[in-house]
Amino acid sequence: MSSRKPTSKPKLAVWKFSSCDGCQLSLLDCEDELLTVADSVEIAYFLEATRAQVKGPYDISLVEGSISTPEEEKRILKVRKQSRLLITIGACATSGGIQALRNFKNVDDFIDIVYAHPQFIDTLSETRPVSDYVSVDFELHGCPINKYQLLELLNATLNRRKPNIPNHSQCVECKRAGTVCVMVSQGKACLGPVVQAGCGNLCPSHDRGCYGCFGPKETPNTISLADWFSDRQSMPKRDLKHLFRGFTAGSDAFRKESERHE
Amino acid sequence: MSDTQTRTLKVDALARVEGEGALHVRVKGNIVKDVKFRIFEPPRFFEAFLQGRRFHEVPDITARICGICPIAYMLGASQAMEDALNIRVEGELQNLRRLIYCGEWIESHVLHAAMLHAPDFLGLDDALQIAKENPQLVTDALQLKKLGNDIMDLVGGRAVHPINMKVGGFYKAPKKAELETLLPTLDWALKTCREIALAFAQFDYPDFEYDYTCVSLQHPDEYAINRGTIISNRGLDIPLAQFFDHFGEEHVAHSNALQGKFKNGEPYLVGPIARYNNNFKQLSKNARKLAADCGLGPVVNNPYKSILVRMVETYYACEESMRIIEHYQRPGKPAVEITPGAGEGYGCTEAPRGICFHRYRLDEEGRVTLATIVPPTAQNQKQIETDLRGVVEQNLALGDDELTWRCEQTIRNYDPCISCATHFLKLTIERE
Repeated sequence: MSSRKPTSKPKLAVWKFSSCDGCQLSLLDCEDELLTVADSVEIAYFLEATRAQVKGPYDISLVEGSISTPEEEKRILKVRKQSRLLITIGACATSGGIQALRNFKNVDDFIDIVYAHPQFIDTLSETRPVSDYVSVDFELHGCPINKYQLLELLNATLNRRKPNIPNHSQCVECKRAGTVCVMVSQGKACLGPVVQAGCGNLCPSHDRGCYGCFGPKETPNTISLADWFSDRQSMPKRDLKHLFRGFTAGSDAFRKESERHE
Repeated sequence: MSDTQTRTLKVDALARVEGEGALHVRVKGNIVKDVKFRIFEPPRFFEAFLQGRRFHEVPDITARICGICPIAYMLGASQAMEDALNIRVEGELQNLRRLIYCGEWIESHVLHAAMLHAPDFLGLDDALQIAKENPQLVTDALQLKKLGNDIMDLVGGRAVHPINMKVGGFYKAPKKAELETLLPTLDWALKTCREIALAFAQFDYPDFEYDYTCVSLQHPDEYAINRGTIISNRGLDIPLAQFFDHFGEEHVAHSNALQGKFKNGEPYLVGPIARYNNNFKQLSKNARKLAADCGLGPVVNNPYKSILVRMVETYYACEESMRIIEHYQRPGKPAVEITPGAGEGYGCTEAPRGICFHRYRLDEEGRVTLATIVPPTAQNQKQIETDLRGVVEQNLALGDDELTWRCEQTIRNYDPCISCATHFLKLTIERE
């Protein structure tokens, strides 16, 4: 691998663990801003975009993906050690991601379903968010993250100010945008009341209920919402369980709520 | 170098690919002893945890297999459910599906061609280094890529993991006026795409050819993207339901993705070159002219020229987007109504990297009892290793660094999406 000449700019590293690549892609999807970002930082490690690698320590590490193998358990400790600020991006890194569905089952059964030679597969019985292993300086939620929130976060970090990332519910976003409530007006199940804002009230503005990409908001009242679905919409228990077992099933709030409907 | 000396080429973590892969080549004297394109992307077990989920949840879940080509997973799963439930999605709903797929092709192809692959031909580490020498090229490429994302945004709600696609169609059909806002940029894109393709045509291409078995979709009415039957340039022509009669995968120790191959063990090629070789005549006149101007004949066997084929397909996807938007009439209903039930169904579309195959079985309630997904990079793995062997044999005179880079470039010819390839493939053949 070739190495790039060090500069005095803050060093940015982007790391991948178990994930779909979509959140780090969000950085490359900032087409209008990418060259400016690349100008404000030194991209020191970003395997998806470049062969060049600059050795640590790094000023900012963006971490995508959950910890799901013994190798990843070790690697995340190394990343933490080399990083002044460690920011996790996306549902996998912040709550375990869709692959955390394995946590509710015996992973050996899963391996048997998928692979012919289970002995080749080295995986942990549970997949966990990064914060279960190391201290994390900021968590950016979303499946995928919102690229404008990522830019705001980078901007704030580089300028040593608090990022303006709201932690209210999706419902607030709908009210602000003037989107008519799909639960009230169309009787559709919507996780909006318990899910953190961030996508820009996408689903309700497309006539569907929120399915929880941004994970639980602070102190969500999931019990009340689940009771509403079962009492007023006659949602079967199994569907209720699945509703909370999506991309952030590994978060405490949604895991507990889904377990109420086992 | 003596005949007995052993050379080992290693890349522990491949750059400019989506996901985690590695390369290991062992050469003894002038003989290539071993070539391994290792996939160590952790398994995520999609096929296992889809079991028990309702059919309508599946496209949103499979989207998360890959952030680069979610449409391939959403649409393949939707098609398979529609097949299982005997639903037909036609007219403007099918056109909208083709339009959003064109968006994914544009976004993914330009990302790969300009940002990930082009630096190899210039001996540079990344596109940012290209930007230093030729800022206009990179700015143009980024704007072209953005157009792909804009199409996905407008039709699908967002570019990564769209929220507006469902079994039967869409949650909400876009208005014509919204889509028409893309037309001026599409007009610009045709010109720009041509310029970028012609610039890339000036690269020095390594002299390597292989007589590929090209496998792709084919459709009587159009250059196949979002639907069709499976064909090859060796006479194969089968409905989707016969996929597993002809193709299988094997689980090898060095890969967390199962390797696709024909039942007789032969490798095959999927992706832009396979599509181009199989369906060249169905490209538009202007796209064929662009190909000719780039020096491409109707058959391409040099894998490095996949970068040019990607630009020709990008050009075609821009033309198609324009055509669909100009003729679009907003459908009265955004989706076909569906009654859940039992059945088995198949879906297959042309992901930017090649055919992405899905099979599901549903019970009476419409819950998944079996899920099988065969992503394109898993199918290309064996062909990638075959190419690598040939490239190393042909270039033993190169120094280790240069030969290693050439091998990396050879892997990147395939735009491998390693996140996709790993998980979950249902095994149908044992290694003998």
